[in-house]
Amino acid sequence: MMVRTTHKFKAVRSSLLCVVAALLSVMNTAMAQDGSQLDSGDTAWMLTSTALVLFMTIPGLSLFYAGMVRSKNALSVMMQCFAITCLMTLLWFVYGYSLAFDEGGQWIGGFGKLFMKGITVDSLSGTIPETVFSTFQMTFAIITPALIVGAFAERMRFSAMLLFMGMWFTLVYAPIAHWVWGGGWLGEMGVLDFAGGTVVHINAGIAGLVACIMLGKRKGYPGTAMPPHSLVLTLVGAAMLWVGWFGFNAGSELAADGVAGMAMIVTQIATAAAAMTWVFMEWRAHGKPSALGIASGAVGGLVAVTPASGFVGPMGALFIGITAGICCYLASVKLKRAFGYDDSLDVFGVHGVGGIVGAILTGVFVDSTFGGAGLAEGVSMGSQVFKQLVGVVVTVVYGVVLSFVLLKIADAVFGLRVDIDEETEGLDIVSHDERSYNI
Amino acid sequence: MKLVIAIIKPFKLDDVRDALSDIGIRGMTVTEVKGFGRQKGHTELYRGAEYAVDFLPKIKLEVAVEQQMLDRVVEAITSAAKTDKIGDGKLFILSLEQVIRIRTGETDEDAL
Repeated sequence: MMVRTTHKFKAVRSSLLCVVAALLSVMNTAMAQDGSQLDSGDTAWMLTSTALVLFMTIPGLSLFYAGMVRSKNALSVMMQCFAITCLMTLLWFVYGYSLAFDEGGQWIGGFGKLFMKGITVDSLSGTIPETVFSTFQMTFAIITPALIVGAFAERMRFSAMLLFMGMWFTLVYAPIAHWVWGGGWLGEMGVLDFAGGTVVHINAGIAGLVACIMLGKRKGYPGTAMPPHSLVLTLVGAAMLWVGWFGFNAGSELAADGVAGMAMIVTQIATAAAAMTWVFMEWRAHGKPSALGIASGAVGGLVAVTPASGFVGPMGALFIGITAGICCYLASVKLKRAFGYDDSLDVFGVHGVGGIVGAILTGVFVDSTFGGAGLAEGVSMGSQVFKQLVGVVVTVVYGVVLSFVLLKIADAVFGLRVDIDEETEGLDIVSHDERSYNI
Repeated sequence: MKLVIAIIKPFKLDDVRDALSDIGIRGMTVTEVKGFGRQKGHTELYRGAEYAVDFLPKIKLEVAVEQQMLDRVVEAITSAAKTDKIGDGKLFILSLEQVIRIRTGETDEDAL
C-alpha cells in the first residue's frame, strides 16, 4: 500500500491516509495497480471541487475583472479569461499534466503522460480517479495565467497575450507546479504550499508586475479618470471567487476528510478578516467604506490563506487574514502609486503580495502552538519560515526572468501593445469587432 | 407660446411630473443629462485612486406651453423641484414660434 509522493500531501498525512485506506480496502473492490483503492466520498468531493475551481475563472474572475475596467474593454478581459481557459485545457492535455505530475526529475516531470497517455477509467491517483486528479489540477493551470490578465488589462494585443500565456504556462507554471507539488525539489525541501500560494498566486502576481511594467502605463494613467464601469459585476465576480475557493483550498486535500474541513473554515475566517481589515483601513483613511475595498480585501484574504489552508488553525487564519488585509491594501493603494507602475487591476498588489504574506505566515502558524497541524519532525519554526522564504524568492526570481524573456519574444512576434488610437477606442471593438453593451 | 426647459434633480422628476399634470399639462419630453453649475461635482475613490467627477446626472424636462399657462407652469416646476439645497437646477424659457401635431396637422395652441 502506498500513496504516490507526487501529491501535495505532507508525508505525515500520507502515512495516515495509507492506514485509513488499508482499513477500507477490505470492503472495497476497485483496486488499482499499485494497490490503493477508490474512495467514492473523496471522489465525489473532488468532482465537486474541480467544478468549483473552474467556476472561479469563468465566470468568477472574468466578472471580477470585467467590472473593474472601462466599458469599452469589458468584453476583452472576459474574452481573454475564456480563451486562456480553452488554451490551458488543451496544453494541459497535450503535455502540461505530464510535465507537472508525471514521474520525472527534481526540475521537471516526465513525458510518460503526453496526451493523457495511459489514463483510463480505472487509473487511480491516491483514492480518486486520475482523470479527476488531472482535471482538478488543470483548473489550477487555467486560473493562474488568467489572473495575470488583470495586470495588463485595457492595452495588450490579443495575439501577443495568447502567445505569452502559452509559453508562460509551459516554461513557468508547469515547472513550478512540479517543483512544489509534482515531486520536485521545493516540495522535497519541505516548502509548504497547500493550495497554491506560491505556485498560483505569487507566480501570477510577479508575472503581472513584469508584464505591466514592460507594456507601460495605459494612455492617460494616472491623470485620467479610469473608474470601474460596473462594480456590481465586480462584486458578483468576487463572491463567485469566494465560493469557488472552497474547491481550491478544501479540494487541495484531495480527500473528503477533516483536513479538508479545516481548510474550509480557515479559508472563510481569513477572507472575512482581510475584507474587514481593508474596509476599516480605507474608512479611516478616506472617510468611507467602499464595495470595491471589501471585495479586494476578501480576495487578498483568500489568496493569503491559500498556502496555509491545510496547515493552520482558525487563530492562525485570523492573523493571516488581518495581515493580508493590511499588506494588500497598502500595496494596491500606496505602493503602486509610489512606484508609478500601472498594474491595472492590482494583480501584484493582491495576488503577489497576498501570496507572499501567506507563504511566509504559513511557516509560522503551522506550528501547533498556534493551533496548526504542527511542524515536521525536527523542523523549527525559524527553519520552516526560511524554507518558505526560499520558495518565495525562487518563484519571484524565476518568474521575473522568464516572464521578461517570454514577453520580449511575444513583443518581437506580434507587438505587446495595441496602437495608441486603438487603446483609446477600446479593445472590445479593436480586438474583437464587438461591443460589451449595445444599449 | 413658450418652451420651458427645466434642469432638475433626477429624484424630483416624479414630483415635477405630478405637479404639471395637476395644472393640466398633457405632454413633456424628458432626457437624462449630465452637467454642472454651482454644485460642481464630487470625488470618487477606487482603491486609492481619487477622481473628480465634474458632471453630475440631471434630468432635462421640456414642456411647450401657452403664454397664459407660463406662470403656473414655472410655479409648479419650481415648487416641486425645490429642496433648498445647492444643485436644484434651473429653468430656461424660450419663445416658441410654431407647433405642429404630426398625426392631425393641427398647429400651435391646438397642437399643445
